[in-house]
Amino acid sequence: MTSSGTTLARRRRRLVARPAAWLIWGVVAFFFVNLAGVIGSVLVSSFGNRWFDTWFPQEFTTKWYGQSWQEFGLFQVLVVTLEVSLLVVGISVLVGVPAAYVLARRSFPGRRLLYLLFLLPILMPPITYGIPLATVLYKYGFAGHLSGVVLANLVPSVPFVILTMTPFIEQIDPAVERAARMCGAGTRQIFVRILAPLLTPGILAASILVLVRTVGMFELTFLTAGPDSQTLVVALYYSMSAAGIRAQQSIDAMAVMYTAMMLVLLVIALRFVNPTQLVARVREDVD
Amino acid sequence: MSATATPPRTDDPAPDGRSRVGTRVALRHRLAERGIDRQLLLLVPAAVFILVLFIYPFGYGVGLSFQPAEGGPFAAYQEFFSDAYLRDTIWTTLKLSLPAALLNVAASVPIAYRMRGRFRGKRLLTTVLVVPITLGTVLTAQGLLNFLGPTGWFNRTLLAVGLTDDPIRLTNNYWGVFFSIVITGFPFAFLLVLSYLSGIDPTLERAAATLGANWWQRFRRITLPLLAPGLATTFCLTFVLAFSVFPSAILVGDPAGTTRVISIAAYDAAYVQYDYPMAATIAVLMGLVELLVIAAVLGWRALLYTGATAGGKG
Repeated sequence: MTSSGTTLARRRRRLVARPAAWLIWGVVAFFFVNLAGVIGSVLVSSFGNRWFDTWFPQEFTTKWYGQSWQEFGLFQVLVVTLEVSLLVVGISVLVGVPAAYVLARRSFPGRRLLYLLFLLPILMPPITYGIPLATVLYKYGFAGHLSGVVLANLVPSVPFVILTMTPFIEQIDPAVERAARMCGAGTRQIFVRILAPLLTPGILAASILVLVRTVGMFELTFLTAGPDSQTLVVALYYSMSAAGIRAQQSIDAMAVMYTAMMLVLLVIALRFVNPTQLVARVREDVD
Repeated sequence: MSATATPPRTDDPAPDGRSRVGTRVALRHRLAERGIDRQLLLLVPAAVFILVLFIYPFGYGVGLSFQPAEGGPFAAYQEFFSDAYLRDTIWTTLKLSLPAALLNVAASVPIAYRMRGRFRGKRLLTTVLVVPITLGTVLTAQGLLNFLGPTGWFNRTLLAVGLTDDPIRLTNNYWGVFFSIVITGFPFAFLLVLSYLSGIDPTLERAAATLGANWWQRFRRITLPLLAPGLATTFCLTFVLAFSVFPSAILVGDPAGTTRVISIAAYDAAYVQYDYPMAATIAVLMGLVELLVIAAVLGWRALLYTGATAGGKG
């Protein structure tokens, strides 16, 4: 046993040392070095003062963070971002989970068509439906306000919740529900007493993923937001595309704050979701 | 729970009333046999949602695209295809998104193949690979401008090493946008490919190895066919991401020239020229081109590997 174990280990070590392996890890390392350069240059710039034709800025300061917080009215922007994303998460879970339940459990005429319908908003670039949607929302007076931004962001979020929740629902044994029904529970009671507790991990995972997506969703918010309903991404975009008016470093500082926020969200998400497993389970159902 | 659910055991003396309740129950049973009952009502909110917020606006847009300010119903489409500045945006977008999506998928396969087994630092490496998802367009754009710009660290290194005499121009042109797509798209593609690869039973490869297949034969004959549907899906999703590139084409690109992608044209038509029929036309064409590519990829996959995808998954 021990001898076979050592030969196996030796063979594995030799596998790693292949030239192809070195090439692959080299490419990965090159990608990371450049990625670190991209992130690092923004980070250094956001703390730097007077950085022109040198390797590093001449002096370091933290004044850009305070300045961008004040200049861009970031507190207001963050409040809007929070409001929009929490509303989107809440509504898409309330609408999406029951639909996911029916789609996962039942077969009925038109099920495949409905599934395709829910798949489309995820398969289409946001701009393609965003522009007609924004036109319609303007027509009915929603766009330019918080409600328009929330409605637009719900379009990809509801299908996303449905697709993420389906595998979680399929894991629950239908016998549990049948037993509850035998004991006289109605559909609503089954949902509240049985499905909701069992689905909590799935709902959390879906909520956090929707949260990350909504905070990062640029196009739909950009097309429907008014001056006082911008989220952080859109405010960032406006501050950068109107370059020259503000110091570049304060935009860098704002971008760093945005990324830090997204990173926190993602780390929380990764605690609940194994990204690789999630996709694999979803795929089985999509096919 | 409600009146329709209670069985017709009522002391209703009228015979026709009883028979009416009876047929209603019979209809309910017949529908239930085909899978239709009141539980499907749970679908209604989501279906209404999609109809009101996706199908209706999309149909409205399609309708709008056939009602240009002047000319017949197809005038906006004719204008799009006769105006080279508009028509070429399709080609510009495809030239950016197809190679970027291909590169992301192609690069993910060997890296994910290496990362299948267990080794030290796997979790760390996965986390590091996921980080670029959080960057956001603006930080990527600022970073690329800072890092790859003429006085950035990249060109500085090249000059210091002596690989080049003049700074290479990598921003505000095609390459800036290309890199930004790769940075945002690669982690996504990698996670998907890794998960598909992890779903393939390693014993299949071990069995092939016992029969004397070398690593290339094992990859070519076993892993690749089983991975093909996953790769097609990954390509489609990465392509959608790359195809809708909008902010970075403006921020790190050359939005009036080499990186004037179709979404910029659509945005210009809607919010700069206020020509909503034209904007709707461009949006419809954008969706069509994108769906055509996806249909081609999925169709090609179905043509090649229908047999192999059916079984064999562990």
